Amino acid sequence: MAMAESEFGDLYRRLFILRVGLLLVVALLGLRLWHLQIREGPYYRDLSENNRTRLVLLEPARGLIYDRHGVLLANNVPSFSLYVTLEDVKDREVLIQQLADLLALDPTLVRKKMTIKGSKLLPRKIKDRMTLRDATLVESHRLDMPGVMIQVESQRNYPGGVTAAHLLGYVGEISADQLEKPEFIDLHQGSIVGQYGVEKSYDRHMRGMAGQKSVEVDAVGHEKKASVVERPQAGNDLYLTIDVRLQKVAEDLLGAEQGAIVALDPNSGDILAMASRPGFDPNVLSRELTAKQWVEIVQDEGRPLNNRASQGQYPPGSTFKIAMAVAALETKTMSPSSTVFCNGGYQFGKRLYHDWKASGHGYVDLHNALVHSCDVYFYTIGQRMGIDVMAEFGKDFGLGKATGVELPSERSGIMPSTAWKQKAKNEQWLPGETISAAIGQGYVTVTPLQMASLVGTVANNGVSYRPRLVQAVMDRTSGNLQELPAVPRGTINAKPETFRVIKDALADVVTKGTATKAKSSMVTIGGKTGTAQVAALRTGPEENIPKKFRDHAWFVAFAPVESPKIAVVVLAEHMGHGGSAAAPLAKEVIETYMKLTPQVPAVTSELSSVNGPGRSSEDS
Amino acid sequence: MIDRLTEHRGLDSFDIRYVTLILAILAIGVLSIYSVTHGQQGGMAPYYLKQLVWIGLGAAAFLVMWASDYHHLARFAYPAYAFILLMLVFVLFEGRTSKGAQRWIALGSFSFQPSEFAKLILILVLAHYYSKAPRVGWLQRVIVPGLLMLPGLLLILKQPDLGSGLSFVAVYAAMLLMVGVRSQALGFILLFSIMLFPFAWEGVWGSLHDYQRQRIMAFVDPDYDPGGKGYHALQSKIAIGSGELLGKGLYGGTQSQLKFLPEGHTDFVFAVFAEEWGFLGVLVLLALFVGLIWLSLEIASKAKDQLGALLAVGIVAMLCFCVVINIGMTAGMFPIVGIPLPLVSYGGSATIMTMASLGLLLNVKRKRLSLFY
Repeated sequence: MAMAESEFGDLYRRLFILRVGLLLVVALLGLRLWHLQIREGPYYRDLSENNRTRLVLLEPARGLIYDRHGVLLANNVPSFSLYVTLEDVKDREVLIQQLADLLALDPTLVRKKMTIKGSKLLPRKIKDRMTLRDATLVESHRLDMPGVMIQVESQRNYPGGVTAAHLLGYVGEISADQLEKPEFIDLHQGSIVGQYGVEKSYDRHMRGMAGQKSVEVDAVGHEKKASVVERPQAGNDLYLTIDVRLQKVAEDLLGAEQGAIVALDPNSGDILAMASRPGFDPNVLSRELTAKQWVEIVQDEGRPLNNRASQGQYPPGSTFKIAMAVAALETKTMSPSSTVFCNGGYQFGKRLYHDWKASGHGYVDLHNALVHSCDVYFYTIGQRMGIDVMAEFGKDFGLGKATGVELPSERSGIMPSTAWKQKAKNEQWLPGETISAAIGQGYVTVTPLQMASLVGTVANNGVSYRPRLVQAVMDRTSGNLQELPAVPRGTINAKPETFRVIKDALADVVTKGTATKAKSSMVTIGGKTGTAQVAALRTGPEENIPKKFRDHAWFVAFAPVESPKIAVVVLAEHMGHGGSAAAPLAKEVIETYMKLTPQVPAVTSELSSVNGPGRSSEDS
Repeated sequence: MIDRLTEHRGLDSFDIRYVTLILAILAIGVLSIYSVTHGQQGGMAPYYLKQLVWIGLGAAAFLVMWASDYHHLARFAYPAYAFILLMLVFVLFEGRTSKGAQRWIALGSFSFQPSEFAKLILILVLAHYYSKAPRVGWLQRVIVPGLLMLPGLLLILKQPDLGSGLSFVAVYAAMLLMVGVRSQALGFILLFSIMLFPFAWEGVWGSLHDYQRQRIMAFVDPDYDPGGKGYHALQSKIAIGSGELLGKGLYGGTQSQLKFLPEGHTDFVFAVFAEEWGFLGVLVLLALFVGLIWLSLEIASKAKDQLGALLAVGIVAMLCFCVVINIGMTAGMFPIVGIPLPLVSYGGSATIMTMASLGLLLNVKRKRLSLFY
């Protein structure tokens, strides 16, 4: 019993220690909980708020695009997009596999989209333009795929398909590089921005402002409650200067051939049509392309993404003679009546420069030199003026620099001069090069748009406007239509007599000269043919030469001659002579325009008549 | 002893404070289970109703234990232990698997967990062993009871059920300390375990299941991968912390209601309670547990024989261990091991076993008051 007593005594002591220990441990627990709940409570409260609320961006409706008569060229249609919120994803690789299996997606592409830098809490777009079937498929599997969300969004749509594709451009998801740029500061991964055409140059106007929605979700990403924090602001609408009917005619005229047609109003610089072939379907490019599709488009020999009207640079050939004629008269190198004898060639040093007509034109004055496109006449005046004088006039007409049209990646062409050659090639200008330049060959290159501007300036007696594509912007929030004024680009300092003489000659080019195929029974047309050499050395008749080495056909024109309303440029690649290949197309364009617009009405009245119907449906 | 006897008569041993504390804790449990599972769909009976059924069965077990005599029960300790070992073997081969562990024996639509009952039986076994004869020397005091515990421990770890395994060891250690281990022997054990540690670590770590390793890793740094391995630990901390002083109110716990917190009605029920009732609620619950344990220790210290004292100590130790480890793990102090919060977490076997144990404790008190047995 004594033993038991001592055991008990021991037990009491130990129980006492146990009590103290217990109190210590409970105090420790209490301290820990006090730390969690009181000291760090606000921090954990924030974490729990972050846990359950997600900010979802509400994409704005992109501005619409209309032609000058209010015909819809680009709008938005509802489509389904797949979003993933990484925070809610349990196993990323499993999800990638599930999505790849379900929607036949490329797993590496999905993985790439998931690894792009960005918040784990913000849903990121994995796929857009899903079919209804795919969307419902995902929706029905959503329980197995936490963090996955289907959103209805608006998708860019171009009802005209390939029509005016190069002008409109296309849209696409913002790239990683673009995201870094300051002009895209408000945007985020998955934002849609214009990537080409006016979609790109007017992106800032059309993109609108994204709104935000706050969504409460549970642990598997199911939406419980939603509230709009900020409404999205729709982008502004554009009214283009083009007449889509004329645009379609121009595109159809080029058909399967490569080339460009530009039609503009010389009185304002408004581009009425700007066709480039081959083209592309912006609906396809605005979707997400696979790598293979991209390679196909980029490696296409016809370079369909290239807007030949503003990005194609070609030797102007004989169309350059218009500028030369102005220069000759203004510098008094020639008078309208003074003549040059053409025997079919021009000897300079050891080299004989041929006229296109081997037998020669005989005595020609300026009028006949233009009507028959006598090369020797222009060799002569070119030689007399020198390249730098020619360059000065060329630059006055806007050659050698971009016109400033609202299209991305416009090219400037080359108006050579001694200074230019020194700078570009670090070589001296050779006198023989002046002779080639005089007939628009050699170093001289232009874009069809520059030539349209040039012929328009001549038609408008030297008054020139910057070519433009957008005539008005409709502010979606205020409802105001802001009309953009035409942009004057200066006046060629030349006598009215000079333009009269030249326009007379250009009219005769069509009535009895090299472009009789452009003669119209409907309207008087003035114009100038041109043939741009592609390969320097040629043997045998044109038909035996492989097509890609054949000459480009040019025709620049304006109409009516008395009071010009339209200036047209046709460039048909590898189609040979301008008179036969290009001139008839220009005639078609001009006649179409005359038929479409008997009298050119004021722009404002047209616009106000088309506002309203057909627009509300685009608000999605 | 005589005066004490005269103070208490008959049902006085049915300590009203003791029972009130138990009922209060049970009520908190049912409330929290109701809060976190009330919105759940499904054809089965709601969890809180099922838990009420378990509590009813537990109350019956409590009364049976209270009315019985622990001396009689102790006599059946070894056969009972043999029986439960057989059950554990049976679980290993025929048990129902859930969440990667094979712990349950299916009984119709219910299933029960022998490892829970094994804890109580181990307490009986060890108390019986130590009190039957004076145990002297480290062999009799340490090694033999250790060997008694070992088969049960190994079978439980094999399931795997780390939580129950640890409680097993805790019960053994607590009783070992209570009967008094010579400092020499204690030192020897310490030295031995330190020497064996590198080998044991290899064996233990290697034998752990993936999810166990992940949980331990997650404990080391739960913030490094939210949504991944540290998910449970972090979400639990967020739930508790965001409760702040006053809590978010009943049903207001977004962490648990929106299911960011997993296992809200079982192992993490404390986090649910802490989120909805805040630090004040937590203090109340802690106070209830301290009160219950305090009264239990009182019973242990006033037990009339060594068997009773050891039984009481074993039960208190098990209770303490589970409460501290569960709250500690939900609060991010310990790695996450599957130990439910006694009387609060949902679960049939654990609730019934805990209530039976408390009944046995009260029986120790009752027997102290009766002269003849």
